[in-house]
Amino acid sequence: MQGFQILFAAPIFSVQLLIDGILIGAIFALAAYGMALVWGVMKIINFAQGEFVILGGFIAFAFINTGIHPFLGVPLAAVSLYIIGWFLYRLVIVRIVEKDLFISILATFGISIFMQQIMNQIFGADVQTAESGMGTWFLFNNNVTVLQIKVVSFVIALVIGACLALFMKKARLGQAIRATAQNARAARILGIDTDKVYSTTFALNAAICGATGALVLMIWVIQPFMGLAYTIRSFMIVIVAGIGNVAGVIVAGLGLGAVENFAGFILGTEFQAAFVFSLLVVILVWRNFLLKLKRSYLE
Amino acid sequence: MNNTGRKFVLYGSILVISLAAPWMLPAYQTQLAFLWMMVLFALTWDLVGGQMGYTSFGNIVFFGVGMYVTAVIQRNLHFDIEEYVHVAGAVDMLTPGQYLAGLFLGLGASTIASVIVAAILGACILAMGMRGQYFGICTLGLGVAAGELASGWEYIGAGSGMVTPVFPDGLGERGVFFYYIFFLLAGILFLTLRWLYSGRFGLAIKAIRDDEDKAEAMGIHTTRYKIIAWCICAFFLSLAGGAAGHLIGFIDPTEVAFAGATFGVWMILMAILGGKGTLWGPVIGAVIFHFTQELFWTYLFGWQRVALGGLIIAVVVFFPQGIMGWLRDRWPERFGYWVEESSGSDPFGDAKP
Repeated sequence: MQGFQILFAAPIFSVQLLIDGILIGAIFALAAYGMALVWGVMKIINFAQGEFVILGGFIAFAFINTGIHPFLGVPLAAVSLYIIGWFLYRLVIVRIVEKDLFISILATFGISIFMQQIMNQIFGADVQTAESGMGTWFLFNNNVTVLQIKVVSFVIALVIGACLALFMKKARLGQAIRATAQNARAARILGIDTDKVYSTTFALNAAICGATGALVLMIWVIQPFMGLAYTIRSFMIVIVAGIGNVAGVIVAGLGLGAVENFAGFILGTEFQAAFVFSLLVVILVWRNFLLKLKRSYLE
Repeated sequence: MNNTGRKFVLYGSILVISLAAPWMLPAYQTQLAFLWMMVLFALTWDLVGGQMGYTSFGNIVFFGVGMYVTAVIQRNLHFDIEEYVHVAGAVDMLTPGQYLAGLFLGLGASTIASVIVAAILGACILAMGMRGQYFGICTLGLGVAAGELASGWEYIGAGSGMVTPVFPDGLGERGVFFYYIFFLLAGILFLTLRWLYSGRFGLAIKAIRDDEDKAEAMGIHTTRYKIIAWCICAFFLSLAGGAAGHLIGFIDPTEVAFAGATFGVWMILMAILGGKGTLWGPVIGAVIFHFTQELFWTYLFGWQRVALGGLIIAVVVFFPQGIMGWLRDRWPERFGYWVEESSGSDPFGDAKP
């Protein structure tokens, strides 16, 4: 528990950890927003969410290698993932929507393994990152350092989230998506093409993940087998916040980022991944325990 | 020939072929031992995932727990831990008696440890009423968390893994020895499951799969049955893990013990390929998968895991009933189902409107 002592001896470190955690948390919240979208509209938990994120990162990486500015990687990855997501919907997801629970769990799980290995074959198993070429801010007598790229990606994530919220609220298609989420059958009766809604939703989720991945590439690292952690994080955030609660997703995302950063510092980085996965189990058990008191369960 | 006679011939021929197999194919003894391990994997997964309808991605936890407990007992019983770790297991060879004592004591302890873990996890997860997708993702997290914890724990070798003792002289060949252990385990598991499925237990877990709320309303102690099924699964997986650790000879926390990416995925694929929720399905699926996997590894080198992911998608989306399920749909009367010709409805189809 050396980490604790350091935190007590030099409280300024906790400011550092908090700022870093919150800035990263926005990225988690963005991926979680996509998961909540698919979950709410299509009643599918996308086990391949993290792989979409990593694939977005690798596509951005490939584009950046051709010489474009790293920030342009974000829209390019989003557009590429939109197309991939749409094809994936047409090929696989269209057959599992509104089917047995067992089928949707295992099919998305299969997609996640498939994508992991494809990325491993195409891009190699190495850890990749992109240099944005931005500087660092020093605060509190140089005790706290803030990478500018993290602040920029935080802002980009919030802007993307705000645009999506606006799209859901105002655009015709966004309203159709919300109607389908409320009651797919009624939406069909009222003339909404739910098949189109589903394909758009799934592709939109992939695009969100693509943008997330491009941001992760700039502030962190990507590797073909890192996807699962993002799936788990998105899932945790949605569980804590509830589906359809945008404000909750943002708060939970920022909170998770901060908590994870503190845990990584106190327990040591080798246990950070273990902490994330154990936290998932704890959160799920706790949620179920609360519902059990009301003789209910998570559906 | 009547039904009992036919079954007698079937089981008898399987027994004879299995007993003779390592002598007829001496070059593939280890592979054949792994074949029985795969059968065991598929059957244990099917108990919870198929018969009870709880799609689990974390059964590999029990395999890893069994492997580590057996290896640690074997190590602590005969060696000085410091010295053993320092020379990575290359210390004096054990006598056969010591080896067997350590192995069987370790296996016994591993089943106890594993069943306790299963009961605690069951009390936390199953007794709280976690279901469906939540159960799936929770067990997925559990499997990865266990691997990550093992990679950080110095006592069991952390990320660099553990070496199990060298197989001693005087016990015959290593492949044959473990072949018979795995054959015995898979055989006992199969007979146990056959007995369980044919009785009250089987009916109860099938009722849980079909509609848990109704089952509970009918007076079935669903929580108790769920935890018992989970513990049976843990019991056999820990035995397989302990033996596999000694067969492979090296325990890596994420590649061998808590190998979610290989064994953890395979057990699911084998069960659904053969037909989940049937007794023979997982066995058939495991045999087919184990042989095709060799082909994958030979002809698709590098891409075999891509093919694995693709195969899961293809089987789940286009062939969810599996081989036994397909046979059952094709010839229901062979499986003891009576189908009325005139009704025109699909007796096993999706009941949803």
